[in-house]
Amino acid sequence: MGLFILRRVWVMVLTALCLTFVVFFLTNLYPNLEKLAKTQGNMRMTDEEVARWLDNRGYGAPILSKYGQWLGVWPGWTHETERGVTGRCIDGLATPEQAAGAPRFCGVIQGDWGYSTVFRDEVSGIVGTRLGLTGKLMLWVLVLMVPAALAVGVLAGMREGSATDRTLSTFSIATTATPEYVSGVIFIAIFASSAVGLKWFKGTATSAMEDANFENFFLPVLTIALYGMGYIARMTRASMTEVMTAQYVRTARLKGVSFPNIVMKHALRNALIAPFTVIMLQFPWLLNGVVIVETLFNYKGFGWTLVQAAGNNDIELLLAVSVVSVIVVLVTQLISDIGYVYLNPRIRIS
Amino acid sequence: MDPLGWGEIIARVLWQFLPVWVSLVALFAISIAFKRRLGLYGKLFDSTIGMIGFALVMFWVFTGIYAGLFDMIATHDPLGQVSGMKNKGPGTPLQGAGEADYGWYLLGGDNLARDVFSRMVTGSWVVVQIAPLATLFAFMVGITLGLPAGFYGGRLDTFLSFLANLILAFPVILLFYLLVTPEIVATGVPNYMATVLFVFPLIFMAVLLNSRFHTKPGFRTPLLIAVLGVMGWLYLSLISEAGSKVAVLPRALDLFDIPGGILVVFVSVVFVNSPTVFRIVRGLAMDIKTRDYVAAAQTRGEGPWYIMLWEILPNARGPLIVDFCLRIGYTTILLGTLGFFGLGLPPESPDWGSTINEGRKLLSIYLHPALPPALALLSLVLGLNLLADGLREESLKD
Repeated sequence: MGLFILRRVWVMVLTALCLTFVVFFLTNLYPNLEKLAKTQGNMRMTDEEVARWLDNRGYGAPILSKYGQWLGVWPGWTHETERGVTGRCIDGLATPEQAAGAPRFCGVIQGDWGYSTVFRDEVSGIVGTRLGLTGKLMLWVLVLMVPAALAVGVLAGMREGSATDRTLSTFSIATTATPEYVSGVIFIAIFASSAVGLKWFKGTATSAMEDANFENFFLPVLTIALYGMGYIARMTRASMTEVMTAQYVRTARLKGVSFPNIVMKHALRNALIAPFTVIMLQFPWLLNGVVIVETLFNYKGFGWTLVQAAGNNDIELLLAVSVVSVIVVLVTQLISDIGYVYLNPRIRIS
Repeated sequence: MDPLGWGEIIARVLWQFLPVWVSLVALFAISIAFKRRLGLYGKLFDSTIGMIGFALVMFWVFTGIYAGLFDMIATHDPLGQVSGMKNKGPGTPLQGAGEADYGWYLLGGDNLARDVFSRMVTGSWVVVQIAPLATLFAFMVGITLGLPAGFYGGRLDTFLSFLANLILAFPVILLFYLLVTPEIVATGVPNYMATVLFVFPLIFMAVLLNSRFHTKPGFRTPLLIAVLGVMGWLYLSLISEAGSKVAVLPRALDLFDIPGGILVVFVSVVFVNSPTVFRIVRGLAMDIKTRDYVAAAQTRGEGPWYIMLWEILPNARGPLIVDFCLRIGYTTILLGTLGFFGLGLPPESPDWGSTINEGRKLLSIYLHPALPPALALLSLVLGLNLLADGLREESLKD
């Protein structure tokens, strides 16, 4: 087991390195840097001024060296002028003596995630607060989605082919066919717009960042939960129908155990192994939904930050965002593998 | 002219779709009459769910074709603006309508005074064009790489699976932002990716035909030259675009030009979809290669590629066809996502994602610009899912 986890962690680090390098490469292509220089500096800069602007800020170095600097395995850039020294590891303008005392390496390994050019703040701070906000959203999504999906799946799979099964299966197909931007728009139209006049909920979740309540937070949570729910429900249904035809359920039935008892005591535990894996593997999808819903409802969390960073080519923020999302994806995969082994004794023994 | 009431709007919208209804009825009548002779397609008409799904899908396919190719269903120009029609509700009579103009905006006008109904109808053409084709390309890539990975295993499998997981670990939207922004397009990265990705159908066809007919060189060589010649020309016309980084073909030989942005969208959708297809094909190949008929083929002395493409692939078709339907739906959702974030397609494009994105900004006051495209997308994807469900049920029966 230890070796297995160790190998998975190694693959995870490798994946994160490859992905960040791809992001780094694409964001550091010259047209992107030129756009960055013009938005940060002056829209009317000439090509030479752009090149000087980029050189002064360390963007002119070869890509591998820049990537090494971000990672913290290559000495950070310094730039000397007659007024003083600027550099990656130096705050503002420093005298040569101060610059000599500054650390040579400052990258992710040293805990320095860099500086966001859009939000004009430390990346680590931004990612931290935004992740907190998204964590709150995800928590409520899971609280709503998982029990509802399992209930729908178990009810549908309990009696295969019945009217309940048909209705619930169609419902779960319909939810998987409704992407967040469609269901979100429909929900806002029905429940939040002044044109229909129900106005039960609010169409934006901006106020939910400080003070989340049912009125301003339910619609975004519902929108994300609904899309993910159908898939989990269908998997639960499939695994439930399989269990219900198993030998031991038939034996229990022949013994005269009542139907609710069969479902609750004999079938349910075995039927919930497969959905567990599916729920964990749903996280990458949820991450996608989070980006759409946060944009739609203007909830300034992690997904919203991703869109802002990507839209403005905020290199260091984008890198941090991709590191975080890669870790989320891979850690959930790891948990799902380990959990599967623990839940399923047949695999543990073999 | 007076504004139309809701009953009249519905009647007129249904009337506009008349060619679609006629085609649907004809298609269903013919298919049901001959369903015993049509294999899996015919069996689809035994399941109600499958029929409903198929009807929904074909409704939008016909709509797309009639609106896109024959200019029929739409009542107005999807890009045309008429002054005084900004944000007007459904059924508003057209101001200053000439003799030839259709008299009303059936589903109202949007923020820029364009007809919502015509935009929705024309938008279906964008989806009907791109989604199935992009899914097909993704399948070609996934099959060409997934079969050897599952069949041989070992180093090759480890490497390809690592690559697939790498792409899958990327948040889709971040990938879209990185690939589709104008700055990246200017560097030619998507064009190079197109060059690599679109070569896979050629490889696939070449290996497919060669493995089957390599014992008869007299027949194989002309066949390969003909097929690869036509496909190669199409390939070169597809990837070479005047003014971009990849302009290998002189203009005279270039068969068609993909309008700006569409190629980029196409490439990114194929790129995002192929790793999942790869994983499915790899799993199926690993499962099927242990069967007896594969061993029999090996004993006969067939080559590995013959076994992969003519023994394993046909026997994996059931799950692949089902997944193909589901994946077209997913591709439609991805296209909508791209439009929703305003990436790739030009902002005035009538595709559903862009229209939803534009409509949502005024959603709390005006519902009519955003709802029709949203419901259209919903019904198409729902149809594809139901179709896949019906196909799965029917293919499991025997």
